[in-house]
Amino acid sequence: MPSRANAVVRLISGVFRLPDTLLGALDDLLDALRRRGWGDAPAALLLLCPGLLILTAFILVPMGSTFYMSLFGGRHGMGSFVGAGNYLDALGSHDFRQSLLVTVYYVLGVIPASMILSFLVAFGLYRIRVFRGLLRSFYFLPYVTSAVAAAMVWRSLFNPQSGVVNVLLGYLGAEPQQWLLEPRGVLYLLSDGMVPAAWGPSLALTCIILFDVWHGCGFMIVVFLAGLSAIPRELEEAARIDGAEGWRMLRHVTLPLLSPTIFFLLVVGVIKAFQAFNSFYALTQGGSMADRQNLILYIYAQFYQYGYWGYAAAVAVLLMLAIVALTLVQWRVLERRVHYL
Amino acid sequence: MRAHKITVYLVLVLGALATVYPFVWMVGTAFKTLPEASTDSLRLFPETWQWGNLAATFRAAPFGRYFLNSLLVSVIVCLSVCLTSLMAGYAFARLRFPGRGLLFMITLCSMMVPFEAVFVPNFVLITRLGWYNTYFALIVPWCANAFSIFLMRQAFLGIPEDYYDAARVDGCGHLRFLFRIGIPLVKPMLVTVALFAFLGSYNALLWPLIVTADEKMRVVQVGLTSFYSDAGTRLNLLMCASTVVILPTVILYFLAQRHYVESALGSGIKG
Repeated sequence: MPSRANAVVRLISGVFRLPDTLLGALDDLLDALRRRGWGDAPAALLLLCPGLLILTAFILVPMGSTFYMSLFGGRHGMGSFVGAGNYLDALGSHDFRQSLLVTVYYVLGVIPASMILSFLVAFGLYRIRVFRGLLRSFYFLPYVTSAVAAAMVWRSLFNPQSGVVNVLLGYLGAEPQQWLLEPRGVLYLLSDGMVPAAWGPSLALTCIILFDVWHGCGFMIVVFLAGLSAIPRELEEAARIDGAEGWRMLRHVTLPLLSPTIFFLLVVGVIKAFQAFNSFYALTQGGSMADRQNLILYIYAQFYQYGYWGYAAAVAVLLMLAIVALTLVQWRVLERRVHYL
Repeated sequence: MRAHKITVYLVLVLGALATVYPFVWMVGTAFKTLPEASTDSLRLFPETWQWGNLAATFRAAPFGRYFLNSLLVSVIVCLSVCLTSLMAGYAFARLRFPGRGLLFMITLCSMMVPFEAVFVPNFVLITRLGWYNTYFALIVPWCANAFSIFLMRQAFLGIPEDYYDAARVDGCGHLRFLFRIGIPLVKPMLVTVALFAFLGSYNALLWPLIVTADEKMRVVQVGLTSFYSDAGTRLNLLMCASTVVILPTVILYFLAQRHYVESALGSGIKG
């Protein structure tokens, strides 16, 4: 079926339509080398070079140089060698520990909420036929939109004075809230002051979590839907004949068969949650309020606003270690419980 | 059973409406007058649509320039990612050469390292190269990524061996096979890779914030955040700017959607 996507492909392949003679000449050269006993190595070198050079220059080498830079002090450059000094400073810094705590709250909020919600939506979409595609594209829409632009909308909706949310609360007779500007804990507000205000995530952070659940669910829904569609119908039929219904079917048949998908989304989701920047920056206007500053924002502020390059690098190394460690732990602990078909 | 199905539909439709509500509200507010926008926020659509807001937004900040920057950067990044991942993906999937396993392992490992964690030395590298505040800084680091390479490798692995053998018999070398026969065969995955590369580049914020200083070099995302501080009280123009920024990605998504979903569902074989 010809479609607009075909036009995109034609455009891309048109741009790549290198002259036949060039491709032919290169192929002849590679062929000649192969006959001399070089095998596919020259072709591989040619094809891998551009991609791997960029990965090496901007990801792999910087991994090492981040660690190297983290050993030096000074501002807006590399000053004197301080060894582990930056790391000790970071671990002793209240702001660093606070941003770590914010990151942990954020991950613990975003991951379960968005996984459960998107599974429920995907499970619902999987069971209907009519309008499935349309509804799916509605749910997916936030994911393709810029977090910055969407954040502008959320800030207006949650505006304490004129925002839709407070106006609606007013109709219901509830107290207006400060939402994204509220540094006090969400537990404190919910419990009418029984829990200390400093405990748990602030209401502002909770709003950021809500925003990212809304913004990221679309991706998870599409992946869950793909996973659900890949489950062979016969297995569910067989389980039904054995008397599995409703919750037991979900618990003992569907979820175990979906475990590779869940595992994939969990690993990818945790890595992504640790890197969250756009939503934090746009929802707080680059603010450095401690209750809503995550690790990436902290690194950005130390680097960009204060110019502590070495220190920012040290925190980045700690972040990298945390991500790698968490990924490996998930791999170790959960992989055994994943059932591949 | 019947009532059950209706409940499912009801919940799904309500959820979908809640999901798109912020966007509908955004478009409605974008074309209200300022008093209308700031006092009557519950009303979804304006009394009369103020189409002039669009021109006013472009007058209030150089969004035209921001757009030019963003589109230039994203289109080049998108095409480059397609090219690099096609080539590397093909090499990993189809060529036999020493060190293949090791190189592929390294590529996979670099997927775990977020760019956000290594931006400090990258900033130093970009400044040393004299690329600070240039398009090179915005484009070059993003011209390849491990995930796209991985996806293209999977796509090439999925092509039946016979295609390669037939092409070989016809005297077709690796390069001609890749660029003439390969591209149409991996079309669905290529569209996915292209879409994600474009979205990632267009929606990026941290890196452009760090490596650009001039207003002339700003991309739309950076421009939008600074527009908020300048025009934060002019809600209608702010929403208009957000609408305009979101528009290209939404259009692109709906154009490529069929292909995107198809390859996500792993049924791109029928092509």
